[in-house]
Amino acid sequence: MALRLRSSLSKSNFFNILRYNNLGFGTASQTTRHLRTHDPTTLLRVSQNPITRFCNTMAEKLSSVGEHEDANAQVMDFPGGKVAFTPEIKFISESSKERVPCYRVLDDNGQLITNSHFVQVSEEVAVKMYSDMVTLQIMDNIFYEAQRQGRLSFYATTIGEEAINIASAAALSPQDVIFPQYREPGVLLWRGFTLQEFANQCFGNKSDNGKGRQMPVHYGSNKLNYFTVSATIATQLPNAVGAAYSLKMDKKDACAVTYFGDGGSSEGDFHAALNFAAVMEAPVLFICRNNGWAISTPTSDQFRSDGLVVKGRAYGIRSIRVDGNDALAMYSAVHTAREMAITEERPILIEALTYRVGHHSTSDDSTRYRSADEIEWWNKARNPLSRLRTWIESNGWWSDEEESDLRSRIKKEMLEALRVAEKTEKPNLENMFSDVYDVPPLNLREQERQVRQTIKSYPQDYPSDVPL
Amino acid sequence: MSAILQGAGAGAAAALSPFNSIDSNKVVAPSRSSLSVRCKRYIVAGSDDGTNQSFGSSSLVARRSQPLMIPNAVSTTKADTAASSTSSKSGHELLLFEALQEGLEEEMDRDPHVCVMGEDVGHYGGSYKVTKGLADKFGDLRVLDTPICENAFTGMGIGAAMTGLRPVIEGMNMGFLLLAFNQISNNCGMLHYTSGGQFTIPVVIRGPGGVGRQLGAEHSQRLESYFQSIPGIQMVACSTPYNAKGLMKAAIRSENPVILFEHVLLYNLKESIPDEEYICNLEEAEMVRPGEHITILTYSRMRYHVMQAAKTLVNKGYDPEVIDIRSLKPFDLHTIGNSVKKTHRVLIVEECMRTGGIGASLTAAINENFHDYLDAPVMCLSSQDVPTPYAGTLEEWTVVQPAQIVTAVEQLCQ
Repeated sequence: MALRLRSSLSKSNFFNILRYNNLGFGTASQTTRHLRTHDPTTLLRVSQNPITRFCNTMAEKLSSVGEHEDANAQVMDFPGGKVAFTPEIKFISESSKERVPCYRVLDDNGQLITNSHFVQVSEEVAVKMYSDMVTLQIMDNIFYEAQRQGRLSFYATTIGEEAINIASAAALSPQDVIFPQYREPGVLLWRGFTLQEFANQCFGNKSDNGKGRQMPVHYGSNKLNYFTVSATIATQLPNAVGAAYSLKMDKKDACAVTYFGDGGSSEGDFHAALNFAAVMEAPVLFICRNNGWAISTPTSDQFRSDGLVVKGRAYGIRSIRVDGNDALAMYSAVHTAREMAITEERPILIEALTYRVGHHSTSDDSTRYRSADEIEWWNKARNPLSRLRTWIESNGWWSDEEESDLRSRIKKEMLEALRVAEKTEKPNLENMFSDVYDVPPLNLREQERQVRQTIKSYPQDYPSDVPL
Repeated sequence: MSAILQGAGAGAAAALSPFNSIDSNKVVAPSRSSLSVRCKRYIVAGSDDGTNQSFGSSSLVARRSQPLMIPNAVSTTKADTAASSTSSKSGHELLLFEALQEGLEEEMDRDPHVCVMGEDVGHYGGSYKVTKGLADKFGDLRVLDTPICENAFTGMGIGAAMTGLRPVIEGMNMGFLLLAFNQISNNCGMLHYTSGGQFTIPVVIRGPGGVGRQLGAEHSQRLESYFQSIPGIQMVACSTPYNAKGLMKAAIRSENPVILFEHVLLYNLKESIPDEEYICNLEEAEMVRPGEHITILTYSRMRYHVMQAAKTLVNKGYDPEVIDIRSLKPFDLHTIGNSVKKTHRVLIVEECMRTGGIGASLTAAINENFHDYLDAPVMCLSSQDVPTPYAGTLEEWTVVQPAQIVTAVEQLCQ
């Protein structure tokens, strides 16, 4: 039974459906359901009479046959609504002639495209966006090098996707809850996570929010509404729908935002989450970072659709394709999508096209499956930082001097953060057992006692720098 | 002649939660500190002896159930239980699914954050009528009908829990929750830990499981065996209307994720439960019948097979002690341990498969902790390692029958 009767049906059709609503019974799946219990306009189409909740699919057929004379114009009310008939055997093509166009505002050289629509950004926001993108880039490079030097165990860079990270974060409000995959530290950075905090998590020391329990880049911050990264792919998508449902129940002026990659869209959770979000009318933004690669799997081996944007329609979700390396376009798209999601209580799918310049992680060497030239081209010619920089410089908001100042300051801060984090103590042994439950139960306390006893008996086998 | 059960009212004082390993050499006194953090707020209602005892801030226990004997394995006719005496002066009779519904409704009244999600839970009222009437009372948003994707709505419940709601996630059948294993194991069990305690996930995941009457192999699963290793979750199994309501309420109030196992064949059990509000302790086992000769540990539907066997055993002169372990993760080793120390013989009767079931873990835990107190090896009766056949006669023999229990006890008590 169509929920959005107001928007899509003419008045006569509306009353047809209302008429057959009152007859007989059918399956529970056809119940007219309204999720906004206080909306007065629902009074018309939803009766409190339980019988009207069940629809008879037979009744409408008789009345509609009489009404329409032209056989071609006959319509039939199958479960789910009216469909017109056609005597031609026509398959919907698997792809459209042209791919869905991509929204962009700045051209390759960072010049504003004429007649482009975009949400105006103030100097303060634009400069902060650019500075944070630079910070993210430097942070990534330094952490990556630290891993190569053996100081860190693992790292995954966001090189090439800085605009998606920062610009989307800039367009959101601090109350919007974020469910990241693992390549969105920029969102945390924008919200105020310090370089020291990033370093603490990567080193898993006692100042880490996560108390040293997760791998590097699995950040999480309750305070900044950024949910702890769970390594499993796409499991955060249904979580985000649940959070959106919760925000909707509490009538908050906020939405849930979740990020995932082109690879993550193949997971079952992606399809289920989009379907659920549409049915629940949940205010959630699904932002896909289509960066061309899922470790070594190119998108041509990942799906055969025209990217992600066409999948939205299959679930009844409004979608847009954006140039992910264009910070202004990302900002505008996310800003507009957020408005729609909250005021109209609907999910929005945003496909941000970009390129994963770095390797999948420090455990990967992507030159094994793609050419070094390709990587180099995207790093230099299509760099999201340089495009935004050109634009802010053209507005007189940035200069070379500020650039070099920023870079040297961030680099110094980063190296210091690294040094401090490396020196900081690890969390003590008690943290291995706490937070499994709200209160450590006796069996875990007993197991902890056993571990401590073992350490006492064999101190030489136990690292000396981990506090007990 | 029916064996007379005594509600172990005094046992209420032993409110605590000892777990899988205990130093059995010491007398393990009830350790109040382990529960005191959680228990301060709850009202303890007394009804069996008429006096209202409250236990102060450090114990959380419901009054033990009334002298109650359910003589048959599964009581589908109300006449069976009508004969059982219920000595509570005030109280109301209801079926187990109604008790679950009552508990759920009370919690939803009490806390606006509690919500329900699952397939057909809304206007349809739930496949087993546990959520009947709730959608009309609380609205479509709080009793949410979801599309068919267990992983997705479990994930959704987890996300909602991290944002402040307290979802009760219903699996239409426990077996379907195999599809939600990823979310339950990786997110539900782990996120409180990996986030450094920043996010809690107070969900309740519930649904009917176990072998029914010719439901087919896919709908006769015992998920407690698969879930028992997941760190971070608690598992409880209800078996009577009284503990069903009590455990439902306790699970909803718990800050940890709790999986509540119901049984398909127990939904129509009838019992009189107190009118006053009460909660059952999540980590506690229930003393069904005290005895001296042998400890029989069981849970869920098998409790009734054991009680039926107990009738026969009493006639033959045995005095079995029957404990419904109720808490599947963690085990209530305090109650179990005290019983083992008294009787020195243990028989576990479960519905899980032989390999890797709850009984297997419980056997290991008892052997590890109470080896010195055993006069005979721990015996475990469980279902065979086969998918449940559809044919009624075959299905009956995959489940432990009272005759087998009697034989096992006789063997152990030689």
